[in-house]
Amino acid sequence: MALVIPKETYSGKIYNVQLGAGAKAVTIGGASALPFLAFEGAFPNKPAVALEIMDIAPDDWPETVKKAVGGAGASPAKWAKFCQDNGADMVALRLMGTHPDQQNKSAEEAAKVAAEVAAAVDIPLIILGSGHAEKDTQVLQAAAAATRGKNCAIGKAVEENYKTVAAAAMANDHKLIAMSQLDVNLAKQLNILLTQMGFAKERIIMDPMSSALGYGLEYTYSVIERIRQAALLQNDPMMQTPVMCDIGANVWKVKEVMAPDADVPEWGGLEDRALAWEVITASGMLTAGADMLIMRHPGAAGKIKELIAELMG
Amino acid sequence: MALSGVEIFKHLPKTNCKKCGHPTCLAFAMKLAAKQASLDACPDASEDAKKVLGEAAAPPIRGITIGAGDKAVKTGDEICLFRHEKKFFNPTVFAVAIKDTEAGEAAARKIEAVKTSEIDRVGQKLRVDAIAVIDESGDAAKFASVVKQVVDGAPGVAIILASKNPAVIEAGIALCADKKPLIYAATAENAEAMAKIAKEKKASLALSADGLDALTALSEKVKGLGVDDLVLDPGARKAKDMVEQYTIIRRAAIKKNFKPLGYPVIAFPGRGDSVSEAMAASIGVMKYASIIVLNTIEKWKMLALLSLRQNIYTDPQVPMQVAQNIYKVGDAKENSPLMITTNFSLSYFIVRGEVENSKVPSWLAVMDNEGLSVLTAWAAGKFTASRIAQFIAESGVEKSINHKELIIPGYVAILSGTLEEKLPGWKITVGPREANGLPSFLKARA
Ligand code: B12
Ligand code: SF4
Repeated sequence: MALVIPKETYSGKIYNVQLGAGAKAVTIGGASALPFLAFEGAFPNKPAVALEIMDIAPDDWPETVKKAVGGAGASPAKWAKFCQDNGADMVALRLMGTHPDQQNKSAEEAAKVAAEVAAAVDIPLIILGSGHAEKDTQVLQAAAAATRGKNCAIGKAVEENYKTVAAAAMANDHKLIAMSQLDVNLAKQLNILLTQMGFAKERIIMDPMSSALGYGLEYTYSVIERIRQAALLQNDPMMQTPVMCDIGANVWKVKEVMAPDADVPEWGGLEDRALAWEVITASGMLTAGADMLIMRHPGAAGKIKELIAELMG
Repeated sequence: MALSGVEIFKHLPKTNCKKCGHPTCLAFAMKLAAKQASLDACPDASEDAKKVLGEAAAPPIRGITIGAGDKAVKTGDEICLFRHEKKFFNPTVFAVAIKDTEAGEAAARKIEAVKTSEIDRVGQKLRVDAIAVIDESGDAAKFASVVKQVVDGAPGVAIILASKNPAVIEAGIALCADKKPLIYAATAENAEAMAKIAKEKKASLALSADGLDALTALSEKVKGLGVDDLVLDPGARKAKDMVEQYTIIRRAAIKKNFKPLGYPVIAFPGRGDSVSEAMAASIGVMKYASIIVLNTIEKWKMLALLSLRQNIYTDPQVPMQVAQNIYKVGDAKENSPLMITTNFSLSYFIVRGEVENSKVPSWLAVMDNEGLSVLTAWAAGKFTASRIAQFIAESGVEKSINHKELIIPGYVAILSGTLEEKLPGWKITVGPREANGLPSFLKARA
C-alpha cells in the first residue's frame, strides 16, 4: 500500500496585514494552510514577535523579567530602543499608566509618550490601552492621532468600546486589534460589527484573548485552532484576520514565574522556569495559529524567534 | 475510520435470512455501522467479512502499553486531529535518554531525577514515565550494564532500549523482558532480526525510517513478520518536519484508515540547549507525538512540559472539577478563617496550595459552579451573592465554626455589600485578588 499524502483543500486564506512604514515594516498573515503545514499551503510571512514596554516603569513586573529589561524600563523611548536592539520585530507600548487604578495619566500624556516611542524606533509599533474600556477610548484616540502615518496597530477594541477605538484607528490610518473573550462566535461577531461600521476587515488583527500555560492555555489554543479552521476550510471571510496573542501580560503574573526556588524545590530554578513559562506559552499559541505575539522577556522572545525560524524551515 | 452501512452490507451474505434478528442484511449492516450490533449475530458471515469488518472496527491508531505493573504507560489509541473534536486520550509519554557511555555516576543522577520527577498539579500526579537506554558505545556488555543499572535503580519505570544492533538489544532485553520494554528501532536493514526479538519477548517495536514512504514500507514489512505493537519514527528532528510528518501520519491513520501508519509516534527533540529542547518537545506534545525522548529533564523544564501536556489532554467538554464541600485545610478549629472559592480544580488547588503555604489552618468552602473559575463563574452569573448565601446557609458550616466571617476572592469584591444583606449577621471580608497574596493576608490576621 503506497501512502497518498492526505492533503486538505483550503478554500480560504488569511489576510496580509502590514504594520509600520519604511524598510522595517512587517507583514503578518497570508497563510493558506493550517499552521506550518508547508506541504499543502504557503506561508509568505513568519509570525512576528513584539516586545512589550509601558509608559510607566515595570515596577510590578516580577524580578526575573524586570532584571532582563534592566535600566531601560525607566524611560519608554529608551525601553523601546532596547527592544529594537534586542531583536524584536515590533514594539508594543501598553499605556498602563493611564488606568484609573494606576497613575490615571491623561490622554495627552499618553499621546506624548506614544509619539516619543514612535520616534525612537523604526520597527512597527503596537499601541495598547490599559484595558479600562472607557478610559481607553480617549487614550487611544489621542495616541492614534499622535502617531499618525506610522501605520501602528491600535487596541484593544472590545465589545464595550469598539466604535470609538475603531474610529480612532480609521481616522489616523492605523490597523486595529479587536479582542473578544475566548469564544469563536464572539470573535467573529466583533469582526462583523467592525465591518458594519465601515472598518475594512483587511485592517483588523484578532485577539481571541490569551491565557498562560497551566492557566487556561488550552481554551485559547482550541479557540485559535477553530478560528483558523473556519478561515481556511470554511472560507469564512470574518475569520480570516490574522491572530495575535498577548502572552507576557498573562504569563508574568502566575506563581510559576515568581515563586522563589526555596518555596518550591520540586519546580526547579526560578530563572529558567520563568523564561520557560513564557516560551512554552508562546509555542502553544504559535502552534495553534497565532501570527503575532506580544512578549515581555527579551530572552524568551529571542528563543521563540529561534523556534519560529525552525518551524518555517 | 468506520465503514458505512452500505460498505458493510457488501461483505454480508445478502440472503436476508433474519437469523441475526433483523429483517434484512442491509438493516443489520446499518446497525453494525451505528455500532449497535455485533457481527457475531450473523452465523453465516464469511471469514473475509470478519477480517474486513474487524479491521475497520479496530481503533485508527493502535493503543500500545509500555512497561508492566502500576507504572506501565498506555499510548496511542487516539481518534481525532484536534482536541476540540473530542479529546486527546493518552498523554504523551516523556522519557529521558541515558547513553551507555554515561554508565555510573551520570546515569545514576538521571535515574534519580526520574524517580523524583513527580509533581502534583491540579490534583493529578505527573512525572517522567520512561527511561531510554541509548547504545552509543556499540558494546553490548556496556549497554547491558546500564540497562541493569536502570532496572535496579528505577524498578517499575518503563524502559526503551535503543540500538540499531540486534545483538545489543538482545543483551539489554535479557535483563528486562518482563517489563515489556519498547525496542527502538527496526530499520530496513535489521527488520527481520528485530522483529524476531520483539515477537519472542512480546515487546513493542519502534520503526525508524527516513521519511514517510520508507516508513510505510517498513511498517508493512514488520507487520508481515508478525509484530503488532509498533511505534513510528519517520526521522523528523526539526520542528517543521515534526509538525508536517506527524500531521500526515495522524491524518492518514484517522481520516484514511491507512493501517501502516496507524501507530503511536516517537519523537527525539533532543538539543544541546535545554530551552530549545523544551520548545521542540512542546511541538511534539501538541502535534501528535505519543512518546518524547529528552536529553535532559531539569525540573523547570518538566514542570512546563507536563503542564502543557495536562492542558492539551484535558477534556474540552468538561473542566476538571472538585466536589462541592467545606474542606478543612490543616488542623482547622472553630475560630479558623473561612474562605470561599469555586469548584474549578485549578482555582481550588491554587487556593488550597496557598492556604497550606500560609500554615494558617483554615476552612475552604468550595461551591459548585460547574467547574468555572471565580471570574468566569461570576461573569456567567453562577457566583452571585444569592447563590453564595444559599450555599453557605445550607452547607452546615456554622456548626464547625464559632464566628460568622466569610472571606471572598478579591476579584469579586463587588459582591461584598449584597452578600452582607443576603447573609444577615455575617461579616464579609474581601481577600487578595491573586491567591499568592493569601499567605501574607492570612498571616497578618492570625
Ligand atoms: C479560561 C477562561 C474561560 C473559560 C472557562 C474556564 C473555566 N473552567 O472557568 C471559558 C472559555 C469557558 C470562559 C467563558 C467565559 N468567560 Co472567561 N476567562 C477565562 C480566563 C482566560 C482564565 C480563567 C481561569 O482559568 N483562571 C484561573 C483561575 C485559577 O482563576 P480564578 O478562579 O479566578 O482564581 C484566582 C483568583 O480569583 C484567586 N482566588 C480564587 N479563589 C479565591 C478565594 C479567595 C478567598 C481568595 C482570596 C482568592 C481566590 O486565586 C486564583 C489565582 O490567583 C479568564 C481571563 C484571565 N486571564 O483570568 C477569563 C475571564 C474570567 N472570562 C471572562 C468572561 C467575561 C467570560 C464569559 C462571560 C464571556 C464569554 N466568552 O461568553 C464566559 C462565561 C462562561 C459561561 N459559561 O457562560 C472575563 C470576566 C470579566 C469580569 N471581570 O467579569 C475574564 C476575566 C476575561 C476578561 N479579562 O474579560 N472563560
Ligand atoms: S443473519 Fe446474516 S445473512 Fe442472515 S439476514 Fe442477518 S446479516 Fe443477513
